[in-house]
Amino acid sequence: MTHANLFDRYHAADSPLHRLDARVKVVVGVGFILGNALLPDGAWRAFACAWGALLIANARAGLGVWFTLRRSFLALPFALAAVSALFLPAGRPLTEWTLGPWRLTPTDLGLVRFLSILLRSWLSVQAAILLTATTPFPDLIHALEHLRLPRVLTAVIAFLYRYLFVLTDEALRLLRARQARSASLPGRRSGGTLPWRVRTTGHLAGQLFLRSYERADRVYQAMLARGYRGYLRTLRPHRLRAADWRALALAALVLLWIQWIGWVY
Amino acid sequence: MQPLHIPDGFLSSTIALLFWLASAVMVGLAARRSERGLGERQIPLMGVMAAFIFAAQMLNFPVAGGTSGHFLGGALAAILLGPWAGILVMTAVIAVQALLFQDGGLLAMGANIFNMGVVTALVGYGLYRLGRNWPPAARLAWAGLAGWAATMSSALLTALQLWLSGTIALQVVVPAMLGVHAFIGLGEGAITVAALGFIERVRPDLQPRARGGLAWTWGGLLLALATVMLAPLASAHPDGLERVAQDFGFFTLAQDGPYQLLAGYRLPFLGDTPLSTVLASAIGALAVFGVAFWLGRSLRGES
Repeated sequence: MTHANLFDRYHAADSPLHRLDARVKVVVGVGFILGNALLPDGAWRAFACAWGALLIANARAGLGVWFTLRRSFLALPFALAAVSALFLPAGRPLTEWTLGPWRLTPTDLGLVRFLSILLRSWLSVQAAILLTATTPFPDLIHALEHLRLPRVLTAVIAFLYRYLFVLTDEALRLLRARQARSASLPGRRSGGTLPWRVRTTGHLAGQLFLRSYERADRVYQAMLARGYRGYLRTLRPHRLRAADWRALALAALVLLWIQWIGWVY
Repeated sequence: MQPLHIPDGFLSSTIALLFWLASAVMVGLAARRSERGLGERQIPLMGVMAAFIFAAQMLNFPVAGGTSGHFLGGALAAILLGPWAGILVMTAVIAVQALLFQDGGLLAMGANIFNMGVVTALVGYGLYRLGRNWPPAARLAWAGLAGWAATMSSALLTALQLWLSGTIALQVVVPAMLGVHAFIGLGEGAITVAALGFIERVRPDLQPRARGGLAWTWGGLLLALATVMLAPLASAHPDGLERVAQDFGFFTLAQDGPYQLLAGYRLPFLGDTPLSTVLASAIGALAVFGVAFWLGRSLRGES
């Protein structure tokens, strides 16, 4: 990797989901994830319905039905941390595994809990992927501002997004410089001791900090020259249209329906 | 992948909302303070600094056996920019990681902000503030210890949240998280020391100034002490489950070598008692301090 230009997760397209107001998408996305957390363990039908809703949303976004599914696998490794839920002592033992000196007994309750955690996590990641794939990041930030996030915070996030690529490139340049000076023969240990390596990395971090600090100063001067007043302005009206309200109402109904399925069936 | 970013689905809704509330209060306070006290100049600075933390997390160094140490940056940000700005910067970083990279969940973001933003600022800055007037080598060493303690505190809090949500058994998650982060924290502390030493040498005019009251020191000290006191839980029930977590990658960073020295936070000759755990923690802390002190002195020596 020589450049950090692959960061943006937005997929430009013209679809009903892309046109939807960012506020609606943020609220529905967070509502979907909250709904997942509220569902009881083992509500398989409700989880299936939630995934169905997600697939339909995928299709409506013009990204292909399996788009978020394909992207969701990067979140799986962490899910394995929940594996100890399998051995909840409360339930009925299913089987017994011997693992060296230890005997492990997965229980039926534990299995249900583990699968539920996995499903919740996996559905939520997909919702977040869909949100960022259909909403340009600056719109997302404005939506957060309209949703009463402190202005300082949204401004900091906007700056972060803008300079993320620049500073990541800077970090990559530093790493490349380190690599260029770290020649090694194949099969022979090279480089200094561990403390030496840590110190080198610390110097990289310090160097990166100073370059960032000086860049922030230049950025501020340049922005002052262009009339900066302490917050970012936009020409977009960000007004909710009738279609946005309709989508919000529909999504709320679907989310309630999923909860109903989860708790009643 | 940083094990501190909790994804959605792992926290119960109660815990998630509780920590959202706590984070909202702290971030709101931080926003109020920076709007009032720091002025518009601070906004581009904080934004670019947030991007710095983000980029600095790419910096790694090979440790052994294919693993590498990473840098989280919460303590360094709080020390260099002051605790309130540090909280805002880390909040922005965590928000972008969750929104853009799905690294950490949206519902779990409140907890993530609290663990990695508020706690690291409190412990990192709070402890650093205590030693800010000490001679240079001791001050740098103390900053390294602050970075290590900040990592440990946020790891412990993460573990407790996962446990309270009924996701992972306590006997597994506390030793796993603390064991892994004792080493991630070593890297964190050492890089914090080296970076601070470098900055002090190259731009002495940028020396971190006090930007928070005495309350930060007390809060940081209390939280760091609580972490040490709660560590006995780590040895409560050395169970077969610990091995399971190990086999499934929770321990990937600490599989070999050093982890065995103080396995499970116990001293072999004292057996399985709380005293043993506390002593093991203290020895760990002293070792970190020693390494950091030595680093700090050798860094000064070069200038």
